[in-house]
Amino acid sequence: MKIESSIILRAAGHFLLPLLIIFSIFLLLRGHNEPGGGFIAGLVAAAAIALYLFSMDIQAARKALYVDPRDLIGGGLVLAVLSGIPAALQGKAFFTSLWWPVELPLLGEVKFSTPLIFDIGVYLVVIGSVLTIVLNLAEAEEKS
Amino acid sequence: MSVSLALPVLIPLLAGALSLAFWRSHLAQRWIGVIGTGALLWSSIVLLKVTWQDGIQVMHMGSWAAPFGIVLVSDLLGAIMVLLTGITGFATALYSLVSIPREHEKFGYYPLLHLLLAGVAGAFLTGDIFNLYVWFEVMLVASFALIILGGERAQMEGAIKYVTLNLFSSALFLSAIGLLYGVTGTLNMADVAQKLSQVPEAEQGLVSVISILFLVAFAIKAAAFPLFFWLPASYHTPQVAVSAIFAGLLTKVGVYVLFRFYTMIFADDTELTHTILLWMGMLTMLTGVLGAAAQYEFRRILSFHIISQIGYMILGLAIFTPLAIVGGVFYIMHHIIVKANLFLVSGLVYRLRGTYELKELGGLYRSHPWLGLWFLIPALSLAGLPPLSGFFAKFVIIRAGVEAGEWLAVAVALIVGLLTLYSMIKIWNEVFWKAAPEGCEQREAPPYTHQGNSLVMYYLPIIGLALMTVLIGVAAQPIYELAEAAAEQLLNPVGYIEAVLGAKP
Amino acid sequence: MESLMAIVVGILYATALYMMLRRSIIKLVIGLILLSNAANLLIFTAGGMTPAAPPLVPEGMLQPEGLVADPLTQALILTAIVISFGVLAFAVVLIHRAYEVVKQDDMDMMKDTDR
Repeated sequence: MKIESSIILRAAGHFLLPLLIIFSIFLLLRGHNEPGGGFIAGLVAAAAIALYLFSMDIQAARKALYVDPRDLIGGGLVLAVLSGIPAALQGKAFFTSLWWPVELPLLGEVKFSTPLIFDIGVYLVVIGSVLTIVLNLAEAEEKS
Repeated sequence: MSVSLALPVLIPLLAGALSLAFWRSHLAQRWIGVIGTGALLWSSIVLLKVTWQDGIQVMHMGSWAAPFGIVLVSDLLGAIMVLLTGITGFATALYSLVSIPREHEKFGYYPLLHLLLAGVAGAFLTGDIFNLYVWFEVMLVASFALIILGGERAQMEGAIKYVTLNLFSSALFLSAIGLLYGVTGTLNMADVAQKLSQVPEAEQGLVSVISILFLVAFAIKAAAFPLFFWLPASYHTPQVAVSAIFAGLLTKVGVYVLFRFYTMIFADDTELTHTILLWMGMLTMLTGVLGAAAQYEFRRILSFHIISQIGYMILGLAIFTPLAIVGGVFYIMHHIIVKANLFLVSGLVYRLRGTYELKELGGLYRSHPWLGLWFLIPALSLAGLPPLSGFFAKFVIIRAGVEAGEWLAVAVALIVGLLTLYSMIKIWNEVFWKAAPEGCEQREAPPYTHQGNSLVMYYLPIIGLALMTVLIGVAAQPIYELAEAAAEQLLNPVGYIEAVLGAKP
Repeated sequence: MESLMAIVVGILYATALYMMLRRSIIKLVIGLILLSNAANLLIFTAGGMTPAAPPLVPEGMLQPEGLVADPLTQALILTAIVISFGVLAFAVVLIHRAYEVVKQDDMDMMKDTDR
């Protein structure tokens, strides 16, 4: 990506990245009962990193991601598959939803559940797979 | 409800996820590859045993009741197919240890292999048509990536044809699902089977259209007559372990769905669909075997034979008597093992001589007499010589054809059997028997750095599968009974419907 | 409305097939994209179109009030969109790689494996 990005995009990229990531986490947690969920949230987060990539360069985007996108796919997939197993241990069918409501200070009642674990898994897989493709294409572009 | 039902899907998914998580370590991936496919094989044996003893198994995923939730169902046909998936998967994983280059492992060979197996097992076990579509896509995405691992020119060209035609078939499948949902308001297979018989007269035409749409979509996946061109263009291009698993399993998923749909679901209008299937089966057999006769590349010959063998299975379905269905099921069992094995043998020949071209091969019987034997067992079984598995498979189908009075089909089946024998003898002559051409011993393919010179891991799966072929031939009676019970369940879907939806008062 | 949608679906299919039969691989991918959209729109139309509320259960109730749209068609289409997104992303990478290797945008030049 040797295209000179505009200074406005550069400046905005710094602020937009954290904002969009927070928005994606908001979407992730909002899911299940209201519009939102792991897939949409993952796309928003991946789009945020892709925007960052356009405004900076590939190294900066990789740095902003901290981990290799392939690790995200693997970890997310493991998480998603494992979320089906607690139900089986209790003698129910795989992927039966289990809910553990917890009272937390400040936040009130928070419902931890297996669908939440599944959604986090999906979130990571989507970020990982979209960015694997985008980064690979961007690197191929840079080489040529 | 039994846990064993979900395991054949969950194990490869988990193994795939784990080997993706450990993508940096080759060693971990290889261990996960062998242990994961071994566990899949074990779970599929357990599943078949449970299904045989206790009847059809059903699991409502997430405890959502059918027909609203997704169900996993294993009747005997599904369980048999999963067992075959386990066998092929395990054999391929062992073979991959020595035949897959480091580069490919780095680009995710093992995760993709597991994902492919998960997709195949899921397609065999699901009881929901849309879920079937999802498993098909899982399988396809994994196979797309596997077919281009390595990135050679031939692979790219083959992959473009493979991807395009399979995506087109998926789009047809999806359109048919949409129309079916519009007519019946449900996509649970058992529920659809029930509701289709209550469709009013005015909408019968639409049902026929849907049924033909499904037929075309799955015929593309199964590589049946006018729709097979993607197969010989692509199957000989990837690594041989990939070819073997594609040849063994992928087209058979299409055949399996044809068996499932046109016995249980669209069984009312057999006049139309089964006549098409009959012609399709005969022409598939003929074009496949004639295509193979013109080829002089080891894997291309085998690829064309996949097509011709698919024709036999479709013929079994098309004749549509109980005996013919038994023959079809038996044929699938025999074919998956034999075909995967032949591809594995071709890979070993390549390892020894560095080419797949028959013209440049020769003299292998002199240097490796035992390899000749391990080639002859699956090759003669494919051609249908007694007492190997292929003889009984062909015998049952031809006998069913005679009983049903389909003389043309019987004649075609016999001629194709003869031509198959011709093809196999051609390979035998060119590769093993004739004197080695000048300098061909020196062309041994260099072993990949990590595998050393041992050929044990090449031979192990080949011998295992060959012995299985002999075993199916020798113990044909119990296996025939298994196929008979599976066909019985397909032709009387009441048991399946009651198992999924609960008995009607 | 239904007949209008049916015509749109038909046009989409026709355009998709036309694009897929062109020789350029870029046009082939565009055809595949159109095809998957056509199939989605077909599900949407065939599943029955009703002018009804979104199928959401209000706070504190066990089932939605009044007439609601069929949620299943929407779920099917959403899943199909996700899948086709993944597959088409792969197809784009594939043609990119294929172009790098073959150096042609012409399907007629890709006949090596058919001989």
